[in-house]
Amino acid sequence: MVQLRLPPNSRIKKGKTFSSPTKSAHMKLFHIYRYDPDDKENPRLDTYELNLEECGPMVLDALIKIKNEVDPTLTFRRSCREGICGSCAMNIDGTNTLACIKHIEECKSDVKITPLPHLYVIKDLVPDLSFAYSQYDSIKPWLQSDETPPSDKERLQSIEEREKLDGLWECILCFCCTTSCPSYWWNGDKYLGPATLLQSYRWIADSRDEATGERLDVLEDPFKLYRCHTIMNCINTCPKNLNPAKAIGKIKKKMVERL
Amino acid sequence: MLSAPEDIKRPLSPHLQIYKPQITSVLSILHRGTGIVLFGGSILWCFWFVSLTAGIDSYYQLQEFLLSPLGLLILLGWSFSFFYHLCNGIRHLLWDIGIGYEIATVRKTGWTVIFSSILLTGITWAMGFMKWKGLL
Repeated sequence: MVQLRLPPNSRIKKGKTFSSPTKSAHMKLFHIYRYDPDDKENPRLDTYELNLEECGPMVLDALIKIKNEVDPTLTFRRSCREGICGSCAMNIDGTNTLACIKHIEECKSDVKITPLPHLYVIKDLVPDLSFAYSQYDSIKPWLQSDETPPSDKERLQSIEEREKLDGLWECILCFCCTTSCPSYWWNGDKYLGPATLLQSYRWIADSRDEATGERLDVLEDPFKLYRCHTIMNCINTCPKNLNPAKAIGKIKKKMVERL
Repeated sequence: MLSAPEDIKRPLSPHLQIYKPQITSVLSILHRGTGIVLFGGSILWCFWFVSLTAGIDSYYQLQEFLLSPLGLLILLGWSFSFFYHLCNGIRHLLWDIGIGYEIATVRKTGWTVIFSSILLTGITWAMGFMKWKGLL
């Protein structure tokens, strides 16, 4: 349901400020969402001043610098640091993106960093994505076919068939799009959200998959698919420049075509 | 959305409070807002008809209200809502047939909707004003 305000235990309090021991012409303030499940306090926004001349160019570099040199309790997910694992997805300066491929320079003034929106927070910038993963699981994201695979080679596709998967297979499941979607904020318990629906279409569009009918049956529901109201925040935020809204549009068209 | 263990009541991460307003989401909520205004406007429409059937006095009373600054503001808001909802409705129909999903196109059509609904509202009011002054 639509609840515009944050619940009382989630409202953000003013936090601590850490100033940089060294100064230069390139100083930057980072306001970072902090929540510690052990101290039973509300979340707060801590401010860290960084000397950018001693810091790498990406927002993830700044986070790692803070964790290494200023405050080792700062918690966030990261792994590949090159935009392919999707771990460091978070809200930076008001939009969701990957901290590892977001340049600090792109942020005009102070940098505000909060977890992916409208999720339960485990600690600091680490949200609980288990429900989103279970929704992903529900679309059966694997090849379904009754045909026995050829014993000596892979299931082949024509170049044209393979091209239909471009713009779909590149998704790294960082859930930036899903958590940018107001419709998912209000109905995320039933609506599957852009990332999972893009993945669903990835299998519907696959020439080797034979379960298109069943896949569409599962989505034939007032909420799972049709809570997409083409708000389009998903396309605006995807760090891989993919187009979940278009994939959802194609599923909706398939639904009509099979009537 | 999965609930936390019972001893920890996990906070919900901020959403509307921090998410940057952008042409995609702003136009979307405006579509819904103008839809609601149109519903209110249709009630005003009914009032207008009822006042007609109730005789000349009540009709002039309503006219007087509609020509007051507040009434004009309501009419302005209603007419803009009408044109915005109409233009953006066409945009929605195009999406429904699978056209216009590229982000550059979404931005372009979005601005087109804003400008054309302002333009159409302006033309309507200019024509109304000219008619009122006997120029048309």
